[in-house]
Amino acid sequence: MTIAANPPGASDVRPGRLDEGTLKGNFADLHPLLTPHEARVEAERCYFCFDPPCQQACPTAIDIPLFIRQIAAGNRSGAATTIFDSNIMGGICARVCPTETLCEEACVREAAEAKPVVIGRLQRYATDPTIANGKSPYARGAPTGKRVAIVGAGPAGLACAHELAIAGIESTIFEPREKAGGLDEYGIAAYKTADDFAAREVDFILSIGGIEIKRGQALGRDVKLEDLRRDYDAVFLGMGLGATNKLGLPRETELANVIDAVDYIARLRQAKDLSTLPVGRRVVVIGGGMTAIDAAVQSKKLGAETVTMVYRRGPEQMKASAYERELAQTSGVVIRYWARPAELEGRGDTLSGVVFESGNGGEGASAPVGSVFRLDADMLFLAIGQRGAPEALDGAAIEVKDGRIVVDAERRTTLEGVWAGGDCIYGGKDLTVSAVEDGKQAARSIAAALSASRP
Amino acid sequence: MADLRSNFLSVKSPNPFWLASAPPTDRKVNVERAFRAGWGGVVWKTLGEAGPPVVNVSGARYGAIHGPDRRLIAMNNIELITDRDLEINLQEIKEVKRAWADRALIVSLMVPCDEKSWEAILGRVEETECDGVELNFGCPHGMSERGMGSAVGQVPEYVEMVARWCKAHTRMPVIVKLTPNITDVRQPARAAKTGGADAVSLINTINSIMNIDLDRMTPDVVIDGKGTHGGMCGPAVKPIALSMVSEIARDSVCAGMPISAIGGITTWRDAAEFIALGAGTVQVCTAAMTYGFKVVQEMVTGLADYMDAKGYATIEDFRGRAIPSITDWQYLNLNYVAKAEIDQKLCIQCGRCHIVCEDTSHQAIFARINGKRQFVVNEAECVGCNLCTLVCPVEDCITLVHKVAGVDPRTGLDYDRPPANWTAHPNNPAVHAKAAE
Repeated sequence: MTIAANPPGASDVRPGRLDEGTLKGNFADLHPLLTPHEARVEAERCYFCFDPPCQQACPTAIDIPLFIRQIAAGNRSGAATTIFDSNIMGGICARVCPTETLCEEACVREAAEAKPVVIGRLQRYATDPTIANGKSPYARGAPTGKRVAIVGAGPAGLACAHELAIAGIESTIFEPREKAGGLDEYGIAAYKTADDFAAREVDFILSIGGIEIKRGQALGRDVKLEDLRRDYDAVFLGMGLGATNKLGLPRETELANVIDAVDYIARLRQAKDLSTLPVGRRVVVIGGGMTAIDAAVQSKKLGAETVTMVYRRGPEQMKASAYERELAQTSGVVIRYWARPAELEGRGDTLSGVVFESGNGGEGASAPVGSVFRLDADMLFLAIGQRGAPEALDGAAIEVKDGRIVVDAERRTTLEGVWAGGDCIYGGKDLTVSAVEDGKQAARSIAAALSASRP
Repeated sequence: MADLRSNFLSVKSPNPFWLASAPPTDRKVNVERAFRAGWGGVVWKTLGEAGPPVVNVSGARYGAIHGPDRRLIAMNNIELITDRDLEINLQEIKEVKRAWADRALIVSLMVPCDEKSWEAILGRVEETECDGVELNFGCPHGMSERGMGSAVGQVPEYVEMVARWCKAHTRMPVIVKLTPNITDVRQPARAAKTGGADAVSLINTINSIMNIDLDRMTPDVVIDGKGTHGGMCGPAVKPIALSMVSEIARDSVCAGMPISAIGGITTWRDAAEFIALGAGTVQVCTAAMTYGFKVVQEMVTGLADYMDAKGYATIEDFRGRAIPSITDWQYLNLNYVAKAEIDQKLCIQCGRCHIVCEDTSHQAIFARINGKRQFVVNEAECVGCNLCTLVCPVEDCITLVHKVAGVDPRTGLDYDRPPANWTAHPNNPAVHAKAAE
């Protein structure tokens, strides 16, 4: 990624568009913690449904009515345990889950009055103190002598490791980056994980013991799958996705300020001082998923004057939910649908604008195919998805589909002794909560397999 | 507009809403504020005998239970009768009555259980030109330990005796205030009537400890580490009060005795319910202590609007109208059949009706129809118990429907059978015994 700060009049990309106080406010918690009274009143709104639709909608099947009732009854730590029983990363999920398309969409109060119980915020209310306490409420299981290699310290790998620890199985996590946490640490908007939450949650998970993290270790580069299979009793692959997709337009890789949104967000998340992070005056984001939204909103919060998000299809097809779109729009982001980039314009070797062709391509009503518009752009973010990275498997006999690993219901790959979960598997939902469920299910499957194989 | 004027024992008030004997009616300044806000009358906080003033605790004297939004569900208190000097109270009562001639001013009394004490206080109170007296035989805390309050109200013979003394020593109307801390409220009510009392008022507060503090292992409201039971009032006590009022209203001995109803009256509707059970006036305390005196304005307008809507010109037009519908269980029609019906358009699929019926009642609500989440009553099992309608969060989604045609799949009997109650039911052993004679 090249970010070039140019002289005025040409391209305008620079750090420190806003003062420190404004930046601090812009990147504060999106939804502050509920007060005890607010939590109690909200908790009492829960109907304690039979066969609860919210729980069915939760990929980790948290017993939502029970934990909410525990909050209502003043048992906050008990509520936290109910959540962690199903989802050890209930803290981050409370912050980043698209609850509006999961539990809260299923809430019967949504049907009744379009005002669901705010399950996500209650979950955060329940889990925050336990995580702040820094100690997993679970005891490590009696040692079985079994060891599992986990590739990737993201949500899938961490959830797997914690569940294995409960079963008395040690794990070693191989992680290419400096910090554990995966996309929770590097890939999610800062205002959703304020106060270094992702890192604190990692410490909370590791506190159970029996989990070792080897940093700077990438599969295929520093460590080989066949070695892991040989040295460990089982392997869990949770390495996420690889390279970001490209537009395939001329000069895409040469022009300065054409930026991979995933990289930029990672840089933002790791920046100690946000006022040192350069951002364009006029920002264009191409894409329709959460990364596109996070890049667009955070650009605005960094002080970009105009931010336009352009998506090639309509709002119904967009991966980002209506809630996320509204968040972007109320943050000042303009969203344009049914337009695809046709040409990148540069002044010298620096981006100056993007030409779009708008049209519906035969999918729904929209502007006529072929009309063209141009957006001035000092910075262009590409957020058009990431590809799987099956090359890291070194040609192992693992079935891969569309670059992603095929697994069964227990998250077993087609290769004996290898499990996988999270964004790297085929059919995954690209959600933290799904990754956690994958890790948990895989760990249970691994524990069962290893216990059966015990001499 | 409906005429809300009340004439209770010839005591007139512009509306039937009186403030009960309690802290809100402790002094002139409060009572005048209440009258300005629109209250029809007050029962002045209980006076005791002349002499050293009563001593109250200095610290929390009220406790409460709350809903999750801090809505007060019930309150209790350990306050005693007035701790102000008798002479000051008498002087203020006189001044207030002179200034507010159109309002009812009743004085509550509690003195030791001997005729001389009652004679003495009645003489003094009569001088104030107040409209009547209410004998406090109800307070369950503090004074009862000294042989007054509920200690009298729990012994019908004492009730009758004191009522008789009072009627002998005053020309003022005498209302006996009853305690609910008793098994059969009709007994003291009958005793009051036998003793010559003009009316009863009920209910006084209920023995209660509101909460236990699980950290300190004490009641949550304590005085220097110790607590005691208090008297409970507020919305939660209304059903108990309705039942007790109905018992007296239906009683052949007490029939026709005027009733001033008390117990959790918070809105016009609560008041109208007590009037429908025969109450001539209603007394309010907790609602005022929760919201201030202005609440009476909701009560007055609400009652008037209700009466207008129903075509009731005066309180008397609907007073007591619900009494004939209240009977003993044995007279309920056992051939009447109702079954629950769920309005699928209103149902929000919470499933509470199903799970409570399944777990705790008659397994009469299906949770799935053709494999799909849907809640439907199984008429072959439904006994019409009403539990589902009560737990349903959606108003009018579940209703009990009276079955009039066809055969009840649960019993195999026709829905349309002539009314029959337990007294003639074939399963009643007494019926067989009689037949065998």
